[in-house]
Amino acid sequence: MGIVFVADGGDAGSGMAEIPETTGEDAKWRSPDAMLSAAQLEIWFVREVLPLEAELMQFLNHNWRNQSDIADLRQDVYERVCEAARKQIPEQTRAFVFRTARNLLINRVRREHIVPIEAVADMDAFGTAMDVPGPERSLAARDELRRLQTALDRLPPRCREAIVLGRIDGLSGHEIAARMGVTPGVVSRHLAHGLYVLADILYGERSGSESKS
Amino acid sequence: MSGTNEDIMPEGIEADAIGARAADWVQRRNFWDWSETDQAELDAWLDEALSHRIAYWRFAAAFERTARLAALRPPEEARAGKSWTKWIRRASIGGAVLFVAAALGIGAALLLPELQEKTYATAIGEHETISLADGSQIELNTDTIVRVRASARRRSVSLVKGEAYFEIKHDAARPFIVTAGERRLTDVGTKFLVRRNADRVAVSVMEGRVKLDTPDKQAAPAMLATGDTVLATTNTLSVTRKPAQELFSELGWRHGLLVFRHTMLGEAADEFNRYNAQKLVIADTKTAALQVNGTFRANDVEAFTGAAQEVFGLRVDNRGGEIVISR
Repeated sequence: MGIVFVADGGDAGSGMAEIPETTGEDAKWRSPDAMLSAAQLEIWFVREVLPLEAELMQFLNHNWRNQSDIADLRQDVYERVCEAARKQIPEQTRAFVFRTARNLLINRVRREHIVPIEAVADMDAFGTAMDVPGPERSLAARDELRRLQTALDRLPPRCREAIVLGRIDGLSGHEIAARMGVTPGVVSRHLAHGLYVLADILYGERSGSESKS
Repeated sequence: MSGTNEDIMPEGIEADAIGARAADWVQRRNFWDWSETDQAELDAWLDEALSHRIAYWRFAAAFERTARLAALRPPEEARAGKSWTKWIRRASIGGAVLFVAAALGIGAALLLPELQEKTYATAIGEHETISLADGSQIELNTDTIVRVRASARRRSVSLVKGEAYFEIKHDAARPFIVTAGERRLTDVGTKFLVRRNADRVAVSVMEGRVKLDTPDKQAAPAMLATGDTVLATTNTLSVTRKPAQELFSELGWRHGLLVFRHTMLGEAADEFNRYNAQKLVIADTKTAALQVNGTFRANDVEAFTGAAQEVFGLRVDNRGGEIVISR
């Protein structure tokens, strides 16, 4: 772990110079102090940024024509936001995320000359609404369960079966393979694909109760 | 590879390769044997790019969310007969709807017992997360006891000792009340940290607002907002506001870490002592006043004493039950 001991001011005679704290700015991920930054960043990202994904996807879909770019764009927004948060966690996450998304789209338009600039004109309308608090995202336990259940129902059947065996019955990968009568490799792919689709549904789409409001 | 067409995933179905890889790591780590070599391999991949890390966090979080599905697990008696999973495998779309309805019923039945009073405790060095039926979560730090009660009108938690981090689902009809000694906190939709040490109570609000009532009925309650940290004793109350980064450091224990920023050696030792049976003792006040910065594993006392030795040239005597640090 990162260890920096610094003599206090009263002990100035010891000749111990104060070593600056790692700010995270220039830290390598592997370096010990940054490990906490990574952990902190993860807490922040999962808690503050991920819940905005549905809104962000809506924003990107609304403002970008080429649908095949959307997943990439989302990834870019996350990367930029986290890169900045590593140095300093923004006060207003929501405003910060959407400002980042907006700037990213504008830069792309300018750089690639593929979309006329008017295409992003209504982003400013979005921008003004940016600081308004989002809809109540907290879901009651039962709603969350129902949402998970609905998401599960949308998985391909064998994928769903693997996830159900793993997460409801609590079986290990090998047990799932034995139960489904397939190889571990196939189970792995079902589980990975299941998770991939679940994440898109759980984070990328608005739940029924939210879209009504 | 055996199996029907259904078993074979189309190549490149995932729009992004990094996401597909991250989802694979998450399932590997959670469903299969996991060795140190696997961990090293994963760490190397995560270190390659921030985008890898972010994708991994996203799927790890989605995986965590599916933990709630376990509430759908039928009670043992119900499973005795037909295999639960065979049942699902055979379920048609119509059956699936029935399954959802039945599962929700079972889920509710399983969640209900949590409404009664329950005591949760952690031993020294332990760490536990409690999920309440309403979706709220309480994370207990080392050496902590809480009592949880819930009725139709309110949810209440009493922090008997130790430290707990609350993530509350707000419900205006059922306020969430935390008592710590004579201090009473009422959430207004929020995330906060409460630590109790006899009659000293510290509260840090990570998000949202909290109302703090004092034992003195005449005094107006204090409203705490995001970033506020309160230190209360029986007769005094002080409020300071901390930057977000400092607040997150206070939550280092959720990952088993202690974070010191200009912390006095004596205080740092006290922190370690909360997590470990073998206690650190600082011999004199001048040594105790030395300042420490850094991040340590809460259970790695040796790293800490080693640093004290190397950096400050302090003496470290391991006397079995306690470790004495002196000049």
